[in-house]
Amino acid sequence: MSEITESNAEVLGHAHEEHAHRDDVGAKMGMWIFLLTELLLFTGLFLVYAVYRYYYTKEFHEAGMQTHILFGTVNTMVLLTSSLTMVLSIAAIQRGKKWLSATFLSSTILLGLAFLIIKYVEWSEEIAKGIYPGSPTLLAKSNGEVLFFGLYYTMTGLHAIHVIAGMTILIFMLVFILRNKITKDNYTKLENAGLYWHLVDIIWIFLFPLFYLIN
Amino acid sequence: MKSPEPDRGMPGQESKTHEEPISYGLYLLIWLSLIALTATTVAVAGINLAAFALVVALLIAVTKASLVVNYFMHIKFEDRIFKVFIGIAGFTIFVIYALTFSDVYFRR
Repeated sequence: MSEITESNAEVLGHAHEEHAHRDDVGAKMGMWIFLLTELLLFTGLFLVYAVYRYYYTKEFHEAGMQTHILFGTVNTMVLLTSSLTMVLSIAAIQRGKKWLSATFLSSTILLGLAFLIIKYVEWSEEIAKGIYPGSPTLLAKSNGEVLFFGLYYTMTGLHAIHVIAGMTILIFMLVFILRNKITKDNYTKLENAGLYWHLVDIIWIFLFPLFYLIN
Repeated sequence: MKSPEPDRGMPGQESKTHEEPISYGLYLLIWLSLIALTATTVAVAGINLAAFALVVALLIAVTKASLVVNYFMHIKFEDRIFKVFIGIAGFTIFVIYALTFSDVYFRR
């Protein structure tokens, strides 16, 4: 009897030591519920886009021709690659390779920065052409084109804010890895941050054809 | 690759034993597919497909998104409850779109 109690205590004590008050599945589930609310936020905007594209098919087509397919394509590749380095960072920490994980994660953050720089150049060019919300050049265009560019700035802008938020989270994760707060046995934080980063990638996967690939 | 059976019926399970790390190679393969699909969608956009252009572009986008969700976001290897979550969310979004478009379409 006493033997059983003793071994029980040992097991419990051991479990407690290894992951005190941890519920990795629960943490991930919470993250997913949050991601679905983010999805709903963008769904609303995509719905507005869809309805106006239906009403102003020709104008959306005309306006869509003016966005830069090259910037859009390069940025798609950049984000997809950042998603790759993100999962590789998790794969590395799962194998206990701290520095490899930190390197991959840093690459993800830098690719996020590259995405924002390209976006900056792209927007600068459009603004130089006089296309920005409320500009005289834009207001002289048809209603459909005004709506297209309004949605273009709103949706890619909101997406860019998400990229910035994601990068901020990833910088924290990098610090956690370097301080051994994220380790081989405890990397749920990194996984959840990765989930957020991939969601941002998925949203871009849909923004890209809708704003850049209208020919 | 392996597809470990999702262990169900173990609520409150805390360990990560069901999570065998995925190989670097598989991730690389998924990334290559994503890049190839991006190249395809850009190439296809140059061809005049009229009304089908949007459908094709969206089909490719959905394929890319499902690759990201299943492999990068690990859903393929996750417990069933995660798939139920995503299914319900997807259905909700479908209903929102269907109702809105039935309104928009019949309003004229």
